[in-house]
Amino acid sequence: MNAPMSAPLSPSDRRHFLRQAAAGCAVLGLSGGLAPAQAQFRVEISGIGASQIPVTIAPFREEDRAAVPVSQVIRTDLERSGLFRIVPAGSDMMDELSRPDFPAWRNRGTDALAAGSATRLADGRHDLRYRLWDAVKGVDLLGQSLAVPREDLRRAAHRIADEIYQKLTGERGVFSTRIAYVSKSAGRYTLFVADADGEGAKVAVGGMQPIISPAWSPDGNELAYVSFESGKPVVYVQDVGSGQRRVVANAKGSNSAPAWSPDGSQLAVTLTRDGNSEIYLVGRAGGEPRRLTNASSIETEAAWSADGRSIYFVSDRGGGPQIYRMGTAGGSAERVTFSGSYNISPALSPDGRWMAYVTRNGGGAFRLQLMDLSSGTVTALTDTNDDESPSFAPNSRLIIYASRAGGRDVLMTTTLDGSIKARLSPPMVDVREPVWGPFGR
Amino acid sequence: MIMNLRSRAAVLSLGLGVAVLAGCAGTISGAGTGSQGAGASGVGSSAVTPVDTGRSADAGAGAGRIVYFDFDSFVVKDDYRSVVEGNARRLSADRKRRMIVEGHTDERGGREYNLALGQKRADAVVRSLVLLGAQDGQLEAVSFGKERPAESGGDEAAWAKNRRAELKDR
Repeated sequence: MNAPMSAPLSPSDRRHFLRQAAAGCAVLGLSGGLAPAQAQFRVEISGIGASQIPVTIAPFREEDRAAVPVSQVIRTDLERSGLFRIVPAGSDMMDELSRPDFPAWRNRGTDALAAGSATRLADGRHDLRYRLWDAVKGVDLLGQSLAVPREDLRRAAHRIADEIYQKLTGERGVFSTRIAYVSKSAGRYTLFVADADGEGAKVAVGGMQPIISPAWSPDGNELAYVSFESGKPVVYVQDVGSGQRRVVANAKGSNSAPAWSPDGSQLAVTLTRDGNSEIYLVGRAGGEPRRLTNASSIETEAAWSADGRSIYFVSDRGGGPQIYRMGTAGGSAERVTFSGSYNISPALSPDGRWMAYVTRNGGGAFRLQLMDLSSGTVTALTDTNDDESPSFAPNSRLIIYASRAGGRDVLMTTTLDGSIKARLSPPMVDVREPVWGPFGR
Repeated sequence: MIMNLRSRAAVLSLGLGVAVLAGCAGTISGAGTGSQGAGASGVGSSAVTPVDTGRSADAGAGAGRIVYFDFDSFVVKDDYRSVVEGNARRLSADRKRRMIVEGHTDERGGREYNLALGQKRADAVVRSLVLLGAQDGQLEAVSFGKERPAESGGDEAAWAKNRRAELKDR
C-alpha cells in the first residue's frame, strides 16, 4: 500500500524540531445554542502505523478527581492520529514539576514524555498544567498552564493534545476541532455537533424527518444541511451558536447537496427546479441561484477545490456515476475517476493534494478510496462494505467517514495510508453523515 | 391485498371529506382536518358512507397511489398504467387539485446520488401524468432518495417495495 504521508521524523530530526509553541492559553468554551446529548462515544483504535513517534503521556496528578480523564483523552487523540505509539507510563506519579530520568525513559523506548496536573481551584475551575520533554535530547519542549471551567476540561485536553502534536510533528493538530453528524434513533433524526473524537455531542437540530448532507461553513460558525421536514428536501443554513437558521434553497422539486465555497460567500447546491438534478450556485443568504451545470444527466454532490476555482461533482452522463471537475466560472467538465463503474461522494483535502470518494466494487461493496490528484493514483483505504460520506480533517491528515459494523451505522476515522482506523461509535444508535469542521479561530 | 385496503381507505376518506395520504407506512401526515362540515352538520365520527368503486363520482379516486420500479430503472411499467391514468383523470377533472410525487430508491448506494435517482422516478411519473392530461403546475416531483424506505430489510423483497414513487394530494 502506498504511504501518502511524508515520512515521519527520525528521532534525530525530531530533536531539531523545536518550533515555537503555538499561542498559549486560548479561549475555551462553546458558545450557546446547543443542547447536550446523551450519547457517549467510545473510541476504538486499530492498526499499526509504519513509523510512529513513541510517546508517553503520564496520568495527570489529581485528574482522577476531575470530571474528565485528561491524560487519557490526550493519549487517545495522539494514537488516533496514526503518528504516535503510546508507551505506557510507569507507576511513579509525575507532574509538570518532575525532573524525568531521561536515560531511563529512553531505555523504555520513549522519545517524548508529558506529565501534568489538574488541580481544582477554589472557584470550581481546574488549573491544568503540563510539560512536554524530549527524552532523546533530554530537554524541555513545552509547558503550559490553563484555568479551565469544568465543562471545558475535555476541550482543554484536546487543545493540549494539539500542542503536543504540533510540537512533535510540526503540523497543526485537529483534536480540538469539531465534527457534525446525524443520528437516527427510534425514528428520530438528530444533527449533532461534537468534539473531533465524537465526545461532548450537542444537538443542533432534530425531528422525525430525515436530515442529510451537513456541511460546515469555512469559518465554523454555520452548518448547511438538507432537511425533509417540509415534506421535500430543502437546504437550510443554521448558525450553530445561536440556533438561528434560514432557508437558502427551496425551489420547486428537490434541493440538496450543499457545499460551501472556500471563501464562505456562496454554496453549490443541487436543484431540480429546471428538470433534472443540476448544480447551481447560491449566495450564503439565499437568493436567486445561478446554474452551473447543464446536461441531460444527473449532476450532484459538488465539492469545491481548495482554491475555489473548480468544483468536483458526480455525473452519470457516461452511464454510471463518475466524478468530474469543471471551473466554477463555467466551461466544460473533465472526467476524474476512471476505474470502477460507480464513483460518488468526492471530498477534497484542504491542502489540495487528495480526493477521497466512494467506489462500488464488482461485489457490490461501497469502499473509501483516495486519489492523489497530482498523479491520479488511487489507493483503497478500507475493506469494509458500506462506506459513505468521506470528509477531510482540516490538516488533511485524517478522513472521517460513515460505515457499518456490528449491524450499526458507525463513524470511522482513517489515516491517509489506511493504516490506523478509529471507530467513533455511541452504543445503540445509528450515526452517519459525518463532516469535519475547520480549525478553530 | 394491502393495496386494496389502502385504496379503499382512501376512497372512504375522500367520501368523508378527510384528506388522507395513502401509501407509505408511517408517513400519513394529518394533512386534512375536515373540521368544517363534520361538526356543523352533525355527522358523527361513526358515520360510514359506502362507496361503489366502480361508479365513483370522483374519477380516479380509487386509483392506486404507488408506482413500483425495477432495479436501476426509471420507466413507468405498464402494470401501473391504471395508477397514472386514474390520477391524471383526477387532476384533469379538477384543475385546482395539486399533487406531489415522491421518488424513492432502495438502500444501496450514496444518499445524495440516490436522491437524484429518486427524482428521476418522480419525474417519470409526473411526465406520464402530464402526457395524460394533467398540467405541470398541478404537480411537483420531489425525492426522498433512500431516506424513507417503505420496508426495512436488506433483501430484494424489501428493495423492490422501496423502489417506488408515491402520489400524494396536497
